[in-house]
Amino acid sequence: MTALLEVENLRVELPTRRGTLVAVDDVSFSIAPGEVLGIVGESGAGKSVTGAAIIGLLEPPLRVAGGRVVLGGRRIDNLPYDEMRRVRGKEIGAIFQDPLTSLNPLYTIGRQLTETIRTHLDVGAATARERALALLGEVGIAGAAQRLGHYPHQFSGGMRQRVVIALALAANPRLIIADEPTTALDVSIQAQIIALLKRLGREHGTAIMLVTHDMGVIAETAHRVAVMYAGRIVELGPVRDIVDAPQHPYTKGLMDSIPRIGGVRGRLRQIDGAMPRLTEIPPGCPFNPRCPQVFDRCRRDRPELMRAGRGEAACWLFAEERVGA
Amino acid sequence: MTAFVIRRVFQSVLVLVAVALTAFALFNYVGDPINNMVGQDTTPAERVALRHELGLDQSFLIQFARFVGHAAEGNFGLSYQQARPVGQIILEKMPATLELSFVAALVALVFGVPMGIYTGLHRRSWVSQAMLTGSLVGISLPTFLIGILLILIFAVVLGWLPSFGRGQVVHIGWWTTGLLTASGWRAIILPAVTLALFQMTLIMRLVRAEMIEVLRADYIKFARARGLSNRAINFGHALKNTLVPVITVTGIQLGAIIAFAVVTETVFQWPGMGLMFIQAVTFADIPVMAAYLVLVGFFFVVINLIVDLLYYVVDPRLRIEREHAAGG
Amino acid sequence: MADLVAPVSSPGPAASPAARQGCVRRFLASDILYSFRRSPVTVAASVVAALIILGAVFAPWVAPHNPYDLASVSLMDATDPPAWLDGGNWDYPLGTDNQGRDVLSTMLYGTRLSLAVGVSAVLAALLLGVALGLIAGWKGGFTETVIMRVADVQLSFPAILIALLIDGAARGILPRDVQAEIAIYVLIVAIASSHWVYFARTVRGSVLVERNKEYIQAARVIGVRPMKIVVAHLLPNVIGPVLVLATINLAVAIITEATLSFLGVGLPPTQPSLGTLIRVGNDYLMSGDWWISIFPGIWLALLILSVNLFGDWLRDAFNPKLR
Repeated sequence: MTALLEVENLRVELPTRRGTLVAVDDVSFSIAPGEVLGIVGESGAGKSVTGAAIIGLLEPPLRVAGGRVVLGGRRIDNLPYDEMRRVRGKEIGAIFQDPLTSLNPLYTIGRQLTETIRTHLDVGAATARERALALLGEVGIAGAAQRLGHYPHQFSGGMRQRVVIALALAANPRLIIADEPTTALDVSIQAQIIALLKRLGREHGTAIMLVTHDMGVIAETAHRVAVMYAGRIVELGPVRDIVDAPQHPYTKGLMDSIPRIGGVRGRLRQIDGAMPRLTEIPPGCPFNPRCPQVFDRCRRDRPELMRAGRGEAACWLFAEERVGA
Repeated sequence: MTAFVIRRVFQSVLVLVAVALTAFALFNYVGDPINNMVGQDTTPAERVALRHELGLDQSFLIQFARFVGHAAEGNFGLSYQQARPVGQIILEKMPATLELSFVAALVALVFGVPMGIYTGLHRRSWVSQAMLTGSLVGISLPTFLIGILLILIFAVVLGWLPSFGRGQVVHIGWWTTGLLTASGWRAIILPAVTLALFQMTLIMRLVRAEMIEVLRADYIKFARARGLSNRAINFGHALKNTLVPVITVTGIQLGAIIAFAVVTETVFQWPGMGLMFIQAVTFADIPVMAAYLVLVGFFFVVINLIVDLLYYVVDPRLRIEREHAAGG
Repeated sequence: MADLVAPVSSPGPAASPAARQGCVRRFLASDILYSFRRSPVTVAASVVAALIILGAVFAPWVAPHNPYDLASVSLMDATDPPAWLDGGNWDYPLGTDNQGRDVLSTMLYGTRLSLAVGVSAVLAALLLGVALGLIAGWKGGFTETVIMRVADVQLSFPAILIALLIDGAARGILPRDVQAEIAIYVLIVAIASSHWVYFARTVRGSVLVERNKEYIQAARVIGVRPMKIVVAHLLPNVIGPVLVLATINLAVAIITEATLSFLGVGLPPTQPSLGTLIRVGNDYLMSGDWWISIFPGIWLALLILSVNLFGDWLRDAFNPKLR
């Protein structure tokens, strides 16, 4: 299986006057064509920054300080601005958290759609309009012909997110990075949007990188999951294994804190303490101050991802099974 | 749409009434009209008779209504200082002020907006830094000081441009214009630049601030993620979103230009309403002050109304919601 | 059941943010000091402002002459150029004006008056504006409508026009012989009444936000008198932006004073502020005696620029939503 997207040793830094902070630290993963990879973690874990780094839209002063991003065999992290611009939208679509603010309030959605289509595809106005109509139909917006002439504020939140998805799909990209696409929406609408994303990904063969803090969304949607903590991937594996048999103590804690229907009844457990701020990441394993199974080595050496169960975990508990050492 | 316009017109009328009340209070209570009309040797009985004749013994509301009625006809009584009808004096002075304000506003916009866009887009370039520093100096120099410096350089030292007056004017009906003669154009350069400089720096700083703010918005980030060109993002998406606040402030600044014409006209002895007003203030010529107040208030209200209506053209959110409300 | 209650470690709800600023303030101060030292322009501006202000405050000791002492002024020395030009001498480093007064000395004394008017006007505007803003925000209803409507109407006119109008009205009411003496108070009232609006609007905006916060609600619930809530709890939490606004307004007030004096409706030539000096000198500009108006002009511009730069930095450092 050749990967569509390969991220290798990605490092994102945030220079401040008190020294350089590391927002994303040595992160590697890959996404196969048509695959849905979930990236899960608490806010501040570096998930969104990872997504932004891949599409080259880090907000300064955040900057990529190391690693490579390869899309379909082509390195894209060092492209000049204008070439990267052509990758965005054309090969990688993006969906952001807040559909209310993702659309320009002063233009009709028809204009925003055709503008995107004509930026990337060499088509005339009429063809672009047809494609816009088709896209709106595909994302489930009724009366598309009439809706093209409407402004964003005339749509509900869920409908706007559908428009945003249509915009991300406009040039038929191979990968969509969806950054918390349902967080700002009502619960009932969340399910619809997730179902839509899944269906579209399947129909178009589009890979999806789904960034969220919602383990429930991941469990329903993703094929594989990467769990992030303090800027690093702590566990990576198939979704069923991570949900049913998490390996890393942090993932275990995360799973124990989610209520389940029909599960063993008992108190929900919580992980003591909070994720460290970027300024206070401890040496060794970043999770060591909160880890119930902590031992000496965790405070000293930093664990890499190593084989654990059917996936990988960055935890010294699995040291003897270490792969490729 | 109509409901909004009606509400705005109503508010404008309120402002005008407030202005008229102030002017009326000035007119009636600050300067006693009787004292200014009669000599020292008038008997109290004659004063009372005159008071009655002029209707000054009537109730406040009636007097106010008559004041407003007269004001609407352009009748503000006689100037204490010049003993001529105030309406006539104002009509003579108005073209000079409006011409100056118009040219200054044009200069401020034509230079201020592009400079604001440039400095907003290229925040770190040294040209932007220089413009910003320059604008701070521009804001810190009081208008009259700029005028004096310009006179010193261009009139006294270089001798290129005249330092006072309007130059040769041409009469078109009751309107006089200096924009049809070479000497008129030479005369308007220094005052117009003086008047424009402060507004220009203000507009530039505002456009810059709005550009920077809008460029941080989610829809701009999303537009980038869609791979749109910088040109489309900066000038299509960002600029249009900065327009609403820019229009507001430009409208207010247009009012400020008319007000600051008072200062510029004094420096350059420009024969307009501003100079007239200052002379009126110096001599406590109340009818002229009241008339100027009402007239300027009227200008401001009209400008504000136009600004509000312009929002409709720019911002669909206002337009459509009303239609919906009306439709269903 | 006790398990269900989340442990509450936050301080009592009645503790207002301002009350527990002790440690916060130290942290803030260090940050602000840092950003101050990091900005050479701000440091330079503060030094210039400090020099100008010190020169004004200590004018009687610093100035080479006393321009109010008519005995020491001689028309023989009128319109002498600055010392380094032909015909100048070091008795009058920056030359003399049309009455033979030393330009440097009149400048230092004039700055005193400019600053006195500017500071008093801003203080008066601040007191009035904060009081009305607190009342409007706290009372709401009809009181608020009236206050904010007046503010709106006034705001649709440039401050300078309002000040001119008040000034003009005062001239109409007051007898002419006292006008020169009380000109300074008229000026302060005129400028203050044209500037209170900005303070009132800022304070009202903050009050509307703060009044719904928990510490205010809590204070109400435990029965603190409204007057005490407003003064002891609300005021300290809305005053920050006001102080920044005051700095920026000081520059505007000084400009307004100078402009009014320049227009001849501010301070009289017997009591000249910087604006008056420039007005007087302006009449001699065409005859080439530029120093009478230009030196006070530069001095005024430096003062305003340095206050503006300081205010700009202050606004960015505290970064309240002010514009």
